Amino acid sequence: MTTPLLAIRGLRAAYGKIEALKGVDLDIAQGEIVALIGANGAGKSTLMMTIFGKPRAKAGRIAFDGQDITEVPTHHIARLRIAQSPEGRRIFPRMSVAENLQMGADATETSEADRAAGLERVLTLFPRLKERLTQRGGTLSGGEQQMLAIGRALMSRPRLLLLDEPSLGLAPLIARQIFEAIRTLNKQDGLTVLIVEQNANHALRLAHRGYVMVNGLITLSGSGAELLQRPEVRAAYLEGGRGA
Amino acid sequence: MAPLTPAPAAAATAAAAKKRGLDVAFIFKKSLISALVALVLFSLMIGVRTEAGPTGQLIYWTRFGDLAAMVGAVFAGSIVVELLRWWWGPVGTVHSVGPKVQGALSFAGRVLPPLMLGFTFLMPVIFYDQRYILDLGILVLTYVMLGWGLNVVVGLAGLLDLGYVAFYAVGAYSYALLATNFGLSFWVCLPLAGILAAFWGVLLGFPVLRLRGDYLAIVTLAFGEIIRLVIINWQSLTGGPNGISGIPRPTMFGIPLTPAEDGLAARLGIEFSPTHRIVFLFYLILALALLTNWVTIRLRRLPIGRAWEALREDEVACRALGINTTTTKLTAFATGAMFGGFAGAFFATRQGFISPESFTFQESALVLAIVVLGGMGSQLGVALAAVAMIGGFELFRGLDQYRMLVFGLAMVLLMIWRPRGLIGHRAPTVFLEQSRAISSDLVKEGR
Ligand SMILES: Nc1ncnc2c1ncn2[C@@H]1O[C@H](COP(=O)(O)OP(=O)(O)O)[C@@H](O)[C@H]1O
Ligand SMILES: [Mg+2]
Repeated sequence: MTTPLLAIRGLRAAYGKIEALKGVDLDIAQGEIVALIGANGAGKSTLMMTIFGKPRAKAGRIAFDGQDITEVPTHHIARLRIAQSPEGRRIFPRMSVAENLQMGADATETSEADRAAGLERVLTLFPRLKERLTQRGGTLSGGEQQMLAIGRALMSRPRLLLLDEPSLGLAPLIARQIFEAIRTLNKQDGLTVLIVEQNANHALRLAHRGYVMVNGLITLSGSGAELLQRPEVRAAYLEGGRGA
Repeated sequence: MAPLTPAPAAAATAAAAKKRGLDVAFIFKKSLISALVALVLFSLMIGVRTEAGPTGQLIYWTRFGDLAAMVGAVFAGSIVVELLRWWWGPVGTVHSVGPKVQGALSFAGRVLPPLMLGFTFLMPVIFYDQRYILDLGILVLTYVMLGWGLNVVVGLAGLLDLGYVAFYAVGAYSYALLATNFGLSFWVCLPLAGILAAFWGVLLGFPVLRLRGDYLAIVTLAFGEIIRLVIINWQSLTGGPNGISGIPRPTMFGIPLTPAEDGLAARLGIEFSPTHRIVFLFYLILALALLTNWVTIRLRRLPIGRAWEALREDEVACRALGINTTTTKLTAFATGAMFGGFAGAFFATRQGFISPESFTFQESALVLAIVVLGGMGSQLGVALAAVAMIGGFELFRGLDQYRMLVFGLAMVLLMIWRPRGLIGHRAPTVFLEQSRAISSDLVKEGR
């Protein structure tokens, strides 16, 4: 088997004394969509942030494309073409849509040609952004802000895209559009995606493979379809979230 | 179905018009309440005066006339305030102003700077004989420059700095010490003062990298005080509270502006006048301020300037995008401090004498007020605010005791009408081809 694009082994991370990750193993192969599901506070966001070195791993190893990136400074991670759309979208509210997109390419040593290509791609993927380039980010609707957050991450032409709860607080129809866009990116551009979701149903249908995280540990993994059939997944994440 | 649709729309516009319309009853009620509050407050403060008599008994007398006048003034004043508010309307969000106001604002934004600049350039010509006005102009320009410098830190990078005066002091003392001890000329010292101030900016930046908001404000405030205390106590170097005097006046690139043989007047064969130096200082600070402005505008269009603004908006997002938040903060501190240092060097050469008294917290507060009043990030706004504040202070110099009252009142009123400052609108820095077509669409949508 070829080496995965992202390989995480025995990863531990903590906020002070609170251990948020207690030895996580996770692989993402090139061209795959991987879903990470789990209840609130399971440590999903922490895993994403630890890939970016904030908080830094206490133990374990993160390898990207065969290279150990566990100790790489936070601001260098994006230059390796790993992009992140953080939880809660976190677009820049007073800056225009165009400026927000520009920010995605600014700090990552993205060439002019790549910048132009990235913009082109984002605007064809999300035509609604194209109509709102001069509008301030803060005046966009929730769905548009999510599109902008993903678009901003795409501006650096990433090889791996990390998405933290992209459907959070969105109407089902809008959420479906977002998931559709992710599928398109994966199919047409061959983009590798790690998607964190509480909305397990959508995410597992979209993903090739999925992981279930409970209290800082991976408890289940398998293909998306497989996980959807598992009674414990159904009970905990699909039917009202009771019984976790 | 079709004929029905316009009805709700019409109703909505009617409602909007009513909302925008003059609500007399509301204004009257609100003013009445204000007057009532004033009556309660002032009845004891103004209405009844008490004093201990010569034998210790309580003497009191009433001043109901004054009380009535005061309450009346509050009532009338609050009607005026409400009317102005209705007439002007808050300019908080894009949607609350119609395209007309928006258009007027952008027109003012385009026309005002060249007009102001032109007028400033001509000031020494127009007011050649009025030294007072030129001096005031120099003072205003100094604060414009300080405001623009602090704007980098507070307005763009969003780092609340209450100790900006520290860098002003570092610049002033750098020039004063270098010039008096080593005989270096102003033009050599100016960049050195900037570099030294920037160095102190970085030094301050390191310990506060993790702080934001209130905590950052407190630490920077302390830093400003520490610098001042060091200056006071390091007598052997800084002269302590006595300050440094005999600081060399600037030369016009080596040519002194004195009545001496080799002075400018003698060389040009014109009669010497002390105004020459004032005019020179005026253009010097104008040039320094414009340099600050130009550099800031340039930087805003570069990745570093955009990173400052992004940092102000959301630090977590910055990290996710690969922005080095450490260097971004440090460069903001350093850049702002450098301009403060330039201004300090200018201050020292203009005064010829400096002492710690010129670098108190009040200066930091004044410059910060200028930035906030100007609209946190707007270059034009900061300039207008500096003119209004410093000019306003001068205007009310005669009313010394009411000066702060008027100042406070003006601040409160401004924050009611324009909570984002004089120029709250943020000019975009990225222009894409589609921009033009879209902006006109947006305007249409707005009404
Ligand atoms: N900045 C932080 N400081 C301290 N504890 C944190 C911080 N962020 C998250 N945690 C804790 O770490 C655990 C995992 O949180 P998180 O990764 O956000 O979970 P999830 O994204 O799965 O909802 C939780 O117990 C949470 O309280
Ligand atoms: Mg989370």
